[in-house]
Amino acid sequence: MEHLQVLIVLIPLLCAPVCALLPSGRLPWLLATLAAWSTLAMALLLLGQVHQFGTLSYALGDWAAPWGIEYRLDFANALVQLLLAVIASVVLPYAYRSARRELDNDKQPSFYAAMLLLFSGLMGITATGDAFNVFVFLEISSLATYALLALGRDRRALTSAFRYLIMGTVGATFFLIGIGLLYSMTGTLNMADLAERLPAVAGTRTMDTAVAFLVVGICLKLALFPLHLWLPNAYTYAPSAVTAMVAAISTKVMVYVLIRFLYTVLGADYSFNQLPLAQVLMVLAVMGMLTASAVALNQPNAKRLLAYSSIAQVGYMVLGLSLASELGLTASLLHMFNHGLIKCSLFLALGCVYFRVGSTDVERMAGLGRAMPWTMAAFVAGGLSLIGVPLTVGFISKWYLVLAVLEQDWWLLVVAILMSSLLSVAYIWRVVEVAYFQPNKSRETSREAPLAMLIPTWILVLANFYFGLDTRLTVGVAEAAASALIGGGP
Amino acid sequence: MYSHVILRVVAKVLIPVIVLFALYVQFHGEYGPGGGFQAGAIMAAGLILHVLIFGQRVTRKMITLRALRIVSACGVLLYASVGLTSMLKGGNFLNYSVLAANPVTGQHLGIIVIELGVGATVASTLLALIYIFTERIRT
Repeated sequence: MEHLQVLIVLIPLLCAPVCALLPSGRLPWLLATLAAWSTLAMALLLLGQVHQFGTLSYALGDWAAPWGIEYRLDFANALVQLLLAVIASVVLPYAYRSARRELDNDKQPSFYAAMLLLFSGLMGITATGDAFNVFVFLEISSLATYALLALGRDRRALTSAFRYLIMGTVGATFFLIGIGLLYSMTGTLNMADLAERLPAVAGTRTMDTAVAFLVVGICLKLALFPLHLWLPNAYTYAPSAVTAMVAAISTKVMVYVLIRFLYTVLGADYSFNQLPLAQVLMVLAVMGMLTASAVALNQPNAKRLLAYSSIAQVGYMVLGLSLASELGLTASLLHMFNHGLIKCSLFLALGCVYFRVGSTDVERMAGLGRAMPWTMAAFVAGGLSLIGVPLTVGFISKWYLVLAVLEQDWWLLVVAILMSSLLSVAYIWRVVEVAYFQPNKSRETSREAPLAMLIPTWILVLANFYFGLDTRLTVGVAEAAASALIGGGP
Repeated sequence: MYSHVILRVVAKVLIPVIVLFALYVQFHGEYGPGGGFQAGAIMAAGLILHVLIFGQRVTRKMITLRALRIVSACGVLLYASVGLTSMLKGGNFLNYSVLAANPVTGQHLGIIVIELGVGATVASTLLALIYIFTERIRT
């Protein structure tokens, strides 16, 4: 049992090379799916253990903490791990039909291997308590992501993946420079140890430079406005299953890294009182929320539209964490989990559309409300959740965000949140209008997507409503995580 | 390439030495500078020289791309299986001390096997990259 913390990273990492060796067909998919399901079981067990025993620590190779690499698990990363495991357990079963339609047969084993590498890399980022180890896992997941994004059928997938490769490498390098500077000041890489030693060197120019590199590097990877330019094309041209996976978890994990560094390693007092990070992040978050939502309004492609909406949603998360209050952090963590569920279900629904129609252009979706009722119903339900209609998870996270903003009497921010929500009503409505109210002009009629894709999509849609009604798990864990993060110490 | 006698002769002399040196770095890495990554890179450099001089078609007759894929995956698996073995023997992940009765022997054994895995993966991946790139130039 005590090995679960490392097994949750190791099992997908081990299954990836095995997948690459298996012959094309059902086997690589089966192995990948089983690996994802086993991590889901482990994530639940770990969350239970954190609940029971508090923060867990695991020393790799039995080397004690500040010298060896330590895996450290508290409520914040247990929540993110649960999200990762849920998304992977849903997307990988879905990927079977979708990938067979969108990828060449000989690429299948490598596709599942790369999916597992991406997954284990992200899992590793959340599992570790070592700053350099975060960088290593960041590279594992990023390299897998570049390869996966380039697999899209559209030739533009190659340029968009290359663009992300350049931007992502710049981001990761900045992050590494930041860690290097912290190491040069303190001589340690362990996050808990860094948190203890950094106050002694706070305020030096090296330290300020380190923070600048860290924050810019992480924000590049999480696509905070105006560092988001790589994201829309990357999401649009990637294979459907890849978009669903990457959109749901990659940026969220980076939000977690930002929270971990600002609150645990640097400390909330240093990040927000001594440095003006709150103001910087808040302004960028609000601008991202408004401009990205506005840009989403007139996107001709539904996947691209949702990609811009993702940038806006990242704005909500960063806004929450920039408030530097317990409630704001709760809202940020909640929205991280909830938006993962929302965006994944929306992209899975679009994947079903692509499977039958061969395109996700909004105008090609005319008449789909009748032709693919279940798929479009899933899209509408996910859309309602994205807008934040009560009974859905989107409502819960926006509710907490508004509460957190009101707690500090920022009325203007409430207006911005509502404006951005109104814009999301408009862009979701555009797709719904075309799908339900415009007749299908072309002769060809599409059938409903196969059950193997609809069932995973609907499981996530129902999760959207379940966690919108029963918030004990999500809100409870997010509140516990936020109070631990604010209280200082990992 | 058949006209370049000097290149061919020198390469034939050099390649075995490079490969031998790679093995030296591999197995000496435990005590001195070196290790799996460096050894893998040197090994790949020797084989890439072979590709450059004799053409990838000749090299591929000795080492196929399929074989490289298998070796690179097995290297990772070898690394991870050492970690798993130490877990099964009661230590934490990658605790080499429990691998043998004597902890010092265990540490030796663990690091040598792990570096072998690293070396195999690095060498085969680098060579596979060269295969894939040169294939593009030819067609």
